[in-house]
Amino acid sequence: MAFSNDEVLAGLAELITDETGISADEVALEKSFTDDLDIDSISMMTIVVNAEEKFGVTIPDDEVKNLKTVGDAVTFITSNQA
Amino acid sequence: MSTPRIAITGIGASSPIGGTASESWSALLAGESGARSLEYDWVEQYQLPVTFAAEAKVRPDTVLERPVAKRLDPASQFALVAAMEAWADAGSPDVEPERLGVDFATGIGGVWTLLDAWDTLREKGPRRVMPMTVPMLMPNAAAGNLSLHFGARAYARTVASACASSTESIVNALEHIRAGYADVVIAGGTESAIHPITLAAFSSMQALSRRNDSPETASRPGSIDRDGFVMAEGAAALILETEDHARARGAKIYGYVVGGGVTADSHHITANDPEGRGAARAVQQALEMADASPEDVTHINAHATSTPVGDPNEYQALLSVFGPRVDDIPLSATKASTGHLLGGTGALEGIFTVLALRDRVAPPTINLTERDPEVPFAFSGTPVDLGAGDQLAISNSFGFGGHNAVVAFASA
Repeated sequence: MAFSNDEVLAGLAELITDETGISADEVALEKSFTDDLDIDSISMMTIVVNAEEKFGVTIPDDEVKNLKTVGDAVTFITSNQA
Repeated sequence: MSTPRIAITGIGASSPIGGTASESWSALLAGESGARSLEYDWVEQYQLPVTFAAEAKVRPDTVLERPVAKRLDPASQFALVAAMEAWADAGSPDVEPERLGVDFATGIGGVWTLLDAWDTLREKGPRRVMPMTVPMLMPNAAAGNLSLHFGARAYARTVASACASSTESIVNALEHIRAGYADVVIAGGTESAIHPITLAAFSSMQALSRRNDSPETASRPGSIDRDGFVMAEGAAALILETEDHARARGAKIYGYVVGGGVTADSHHITANDPEGRGAARAVQQALEMADASPEDVTHINAHATSTPVGDPNEYQALLSVFGPRVDDIPLSATKASTGHLLGGTGALEGIFTVLALRDRVAPPTINLTERDPEVPFAFSGTPVDLGAGDQLAISNSFGFGGHNAVVAFASA
């Protein structure tokens, strides 16, 4: 089953809130993980690992550095679903 | 340079008998026990020979915000809860970060995090092992996180000397402040190791009480039918501060840390020296640093874990220091109520000792049945009045590895 962009965004927001306490309302496509959401590398990796499990995708370590914004992550996940 | 006097200006605890220091103290005076049957599937699943323990009264993850709690092993969660209480109790001292230290102990460290990660590795593979695993399981996690939380930059240290750990932390903090490296130190210890592995392991070495049908009366130091200690968990923290610093900001003072002694037995990895020589030297060192003699001691908080061999060894150690008068000094074995918090136990008992001096009352030792003639300490099942005069007390902690740590406190 494929997740829509909106579903991935909502799911990511849930993971980010759970990890960092940032309100889900603040998680928007244009937000940068580091500059806007102040997410450190350890939290980022935790979110990535949890997102892999939640959405059934693989996010290679080399790819993580390319995921600058929430939108980048949503696009990667939706276009790499099994 | 004169040696600064070190005051205790704040206390905090999360223990099996209370979610705060004052709740724990009230419950102790009321003779309560924190031991209960464990209601977890794993007790039956693994057919554990011991089915009870003294769990903390309040889960720390119900006190801390979730994003904070989920980055901390339960041991560090307890530490943060206790330290936050102590810090607030001290009036949140205004102190330069470079003059604020942390000395926070643990016996075991993040055993839950380590073993949960092992389960994850086996069930889901390495990718699912969380990146926070190492910073959560490391034994210095509590000290590091407290340093971060309170902005402490003088130093952040973790003593690991098993059940002597957090008494040793208080001694370390005292020495560090006296040496001039800090004005204020958050000292204490924590443990959260009520886990099937530790219950199985301590059971295998015959260290735990097996009174599964009566958890509340299982910890009975000094009684002839004692059969082992009761596993407990939680943390306790004390704010240590130079008297000048405390006075300058008008802080309340509970009492003073006046001496400490740390020695090693080099006798056996788990058994105490039967003559208690290392323990006796630690008591003597603490009294020497306090510039006091054995005659000055008005109260003792004993290590007294309720094991068959440990209690008489401690008696021998104290007998050699105090002589026959040891049978008359009001002595409390508070593990009868709290169980044994391992790395957190010395700090919790330190708080109980300071409060005993403040309130001029030795807390009761519950669960006394028939007294063991080899342990003729002056235990009492009810609180004992210490009298109105100046008070000096020692609190003892001994740990696997042959560690002996003793701290001396004086009334304000």
